[in-house]
Amino acid sequence: MSALARLWRIPLGRSALIVVAVIAATALVSLFWTPFDPRRADAYSAWAPPGWPHLLGTDGTGRDILSLIMAGARITVTVAIGAGLVATVIGVALAALGALTARPVRESVAVFVDILIAFPVLLIAMMIAAVWGGSLWVVIWSVGVGYGVNIARVARIELRRVNRADFVLAAQASGLTRSQILTRHLLPNAAPVFIVQLSWSMAAAVLAEAGLSYLGFGAPVTQPSWGLLLSEVQDYITVHPTSVLWPGIAITLTVLALNLLGDALREATDPTLSRGRRAQTHTPEVIA
Amino acid sequence: MSLIVEGLTVEIDGTRVVDGVSFEVPSGGRVGIIGESGSGKSLTALAIMGLLPDGAVARGSIRWEGRELVGLSERERAPIRGREMAMIFQEPQTALNPIRRVGAQIVEAARIHHGLRGHRAAQLATELARDVGLPSPETIVSAYPHQLSGGQRQRVGIAAALAGQPSLIVADEPTTALDVTVQKGILDLLAGLVAGRDASLLFITHDLAVLAQIATHALVLDSGSVVESGEVDRLLSAPEHPVTRGLLRDAKATLWRPEGSS
Repeated sequence: MSALARLWRIPLGRSALIVVAVIAATALVSLFWTPFDPRRADAYSAWAPPGWPHLLGTDGTGRDILSLIMAGARITVTVAIGAGLVATVIGVALAALGALTARPVRESVAVFVDILIAFPVLLIAMMIAAVWGGSLWVVIWSVGVGYGVNIARVARIELRRVNRADFVLAAQASGLTRSQILTRHLLPNAAPVFIVQLSWSMAAAVLAEAGLSYLGFGAPVTQPSWGLLLSEVQDYITVHPTSVLWPGIAITLTVLALNLLGDALREATDPTLSRGRRAQTHTPEVIA
Repeated sequence: MSLIVEGLTVEIDGTRVVDGVSFEVPSGGRVGIIGESGSGKSLTALAIMGLLPDGAVARGSIRWEGRELVGLSERERAPIRGREMAMIFQEPQTALNPIRRVGAQIVEAARIHHGLRGHRAAQLATELARDVGLPSPETIVSAYPHQLSGGQRQRVGIAAALAGQPSLIVADEPTTALDVTVQKGILDLLAGLVAGRDASLLFITHDLAVLAQIATHALVLDSGSVVESGEVDRLLSAPEHPVTRGLLRDAKATLWRPEGSS
């Protein structure tokens, strides 16, 4: 049974997967269609309460909040995937270098990783944004590098643990080269750690993007972003509390879903942890 | 097709743990290395396979079919391992990758060395599973290691060692982690398979009773040196060295321990 099918049988995993899929689908749909143009201000319908035709109401300039949130999902998904990819590549590379190379190399890699971890990701992103102007790339690269080194630190220990296992020696005895052992035995066995870390990094990236946009260091104001929307409507929280609710819910739900997905994926990718039907197809034990 | 070891020395961080070991495994021969734990028998096996841990250095000579193996690089070693010589490990619990299907692990060596893929690889996996006496070989190849018993897992390990059609099999205490009832089956299987494939066997053990069932010749190691060697029958009937006598006493003790004594 595939890992995806096993993930589907974990209730929390299924819900998280559905939420993540809905957000991704929303981002795709928003490329072609939103109920209203998310950038069109309409002074006559400012601060409309949730209802028809503005399902989630409007903000102070009369923009449709549902359309803004749909369009904002694009940035969220882009940042989550972009930062996730960057973090994975950096994490795998640094973890492999830090775990499997000759002692002087792997120890200097470990020190290098520890130094990078000491840098505050958000502050550096803000500095870069302040000097060269904010853009999605700044967010993606700073969060990607920032969490990539975190992945590397955790995964390095896991790779070293797996590398000591007898089956790695057995694979070597079968004639596999070091790189074949890395791709066929070490990385798949360390994958649960990578996947959980990746999922958390994506959640952190979503949160970081929202935070940076909220502070004005994220995507340019012309692009709709959940964090930006939150900062725009928060001044009116006492008058129009529901308008703050929607971007807040969107951010919270996405981060929560990605975190839960990570946990469920860890369970699903490990066949020794799985329960249910597989246990019943147990082969009969005989005296060997 | 013979293995000739001459003056093999293994040092770990400057400490000599194998000291001048010499022996020969003739083509089709079944040779045992016996000794207590720490006698250097496992390191001798690992040195032959070129799998010594970091920090361990082998010196001396290991000639395999006329080729010198000591000093070969990883790159030169890889094509020999699995195809010309294969290894069976002590712990079937940990010697299999927990997240890969049994069949894929059985044919790994054939995949690497003979380029076997897809249907033909699956066929070979089933064939080898049948050869080593695994139950329902067609379905067991798609099981994961944790679904198998210890004895079944060791049979998978043996099948995996055979997949590359090696002419030398190095078995490092393959029955130590198994129940006594299971041990006998594994030993018979191993002896039969080695004979049926014209392969030679180098069998590492600490148990003279096990050695007697599988090897014709043996060398006794103590603190890294060979203290006695010869035919197994002779070692059993007329052991000369105190270490050999001790091992014989241990082997007998497991057979005839009287009730209530320790």
